[in-house]
Amino acid sequence: MPEVLLRNVGKRFSGTAVPVLEGIELSIDRGEFVSIIGPSGCGKSTLLKLVAGLLPCSSGEIAVNGMKPEDARALVSFVFQDPTLLPWRTVEKNVALALELEGKPREENAKTTAMLLELVGLSHVAKHYPRQLSGGMKMRTSIARALATRPRLLLMDEPFAALDEMTRDRMNEELLRLREEQNWTVIFVTHSVAEAVFLASKVIVLAPHPGRVAHVIDVTLTYPRTEATRESDAYDEIVSRTSRLLREAHRL
Amino acid sequence: MKKAMRNRSLLLVNSVLVFSALIMLWEAVILIFHVQPYMLPDPLAVVTTTAGRFPDLWSAFLITAEEAAMGLLASIVVGVLVALVFARSRWIRRLLFPYTVLLQTVPIMAVTPLIIMWVGPGLNAVVLIVFIFCLPSIIANTTQGLISVDENLVQLFLMHNASQGQKLRKLRFPHSLPNLFVGVRVASGVAAIGAIIGELFAGSTGVGHGGLGYSIEYAKDQLQTSYLFALVVAATALGFAFFFIAMFFEWLLLHHWHESATVVEDI
Repeated sequence: MPEVLLRNVGKRFSGTAVPVLEGIELSIDRGEFVSIIGPSGCGKSTLLKLVAGLLPCSSGEIAVNGMKPEDARALVSFVFQDPTLLPWRTVEKNVALALELEGKPREENAKTTAMLLELVGLSHVAKHYPRQLSGGMKMRTSIARALATRPRLLLMDEPFAALDEMTRDRMNEELLRLREEQNWTVIFVTHSVAEAVFLASKVIVLAPHPGRVAHVIDVTLTYPRTEATRESDAYDEIVSRTSRLLREAHRL
Repeated sequence: MKKAMRNRSLLLVNSVLVFSALIMLWEAVILIFHVQPYMLPDPLAVVTTTAGRFPDLWSAFLITAEEAAMGLLASIVVGVLVALVFARSRWIRRLLFPYTVLLQTVPIMAVTPLIIMWVGPGLNAVVLIVFIFCLPSIIANTTQGLISVDENLVQLFLMHNASQGQKLRKLRFPHSLPNLFVGVRVASGVAAIGAIIGELFAGSTGVGHGGLGYSIEYAKDQLQTSYLFALVVAATALGFAFFFIAMFFEWLLLHHWHESATVVEDI
């Protein structure tokens, strides 16, 4: 059984002529890292919210681990473009939030939180408030919070878009390192071709108006991927091929 | 740092100079125009009266402070509860919000006779008047805070199957605190004024003792002009005290995390 299955999924917001998404067919296996890329307005974020069960489909159906999206939420964590931290909570309390909401016992939460902060390298700022952190640190906190509930599926909506390029590259490598340890399935929405290729085992290019799957690109680079991957010819080749397909999709 | 220090001491010196100039102007007006003491007492008379009648002044101050505090606290409790109801539904908000504006625009003096008829003169009436004065700003600000939560945060709570209670306790209520305190700050300034106005109209049940407003009325009738001045100073001090207490609690609760509470003003 695929981890995420989309069958002929469409989404139309009331009062708009063109649907946001139409006829999306997608099958994602357990452990895959799928990047979704496409021009603005092609429904990337909407697709992610449909899989999260935060929006209802207008047509077709979605199965997450065989369940309806809204029933599968316990298996899923969502990382937003903004860090969406609660400013009145310290870093460790922010990470513990999701566990608290799901009613986990307190002592266990403290242990999990400490472990996660260690993992994302934020132990030294555990007692700090979000306003005292840099953009990259806030995003790491947000990711640690998402990982706290041990998700099987991670949905990420342009999580590093607001970061500078160097921080972004480092966060990409960290994300893959974390995945080595925890082996989630990921759907990662991004604007950046380089980021999409570096992270994913499969890149999906969407075409706009209405949003639909234009191309599926298998990224054959081996994990673990590092600095050296970025400098390899194979990586360059896939990036330029993906860029070309993205430009074509724009004209479709 | 050094520059800031020098700026601050400069400001202090200037403030003292301006204050002294005002006192001298006051004295000069009396000397030049031969103003009678019952019309305008000189500054020294006000100071000696304040010192001499300090026990009276202090007890009046405490009575008014108590009334203002009770009315303010009641308005915070009721205001937050009303805001919670308002935040639940746009319909309730649309239907009922105009009445809170109405509460603000109704001339309180016109309603005072009714209030006295309903709850009797004295403490009850004054507290109710303070309450009416303070309520609208608490409701308006807290409602605003409760409903202006970031959509992504709401979705985050949804993703982790948060209950309505969790959403309120862990998201909406803490998010609304800075707004609530804007309301409390406004209301605390108004509370002292409300209490004094309330006393002017709804007075005291006993003769010869009462709060600042009552004493102002009494001092006016007795032509005790310098005591009247002392009362005005005390009333101003009361307003300040309330404002600063509200500021203190705001700082206490918010300075860890909220930007507005940590802004350092560059003078």
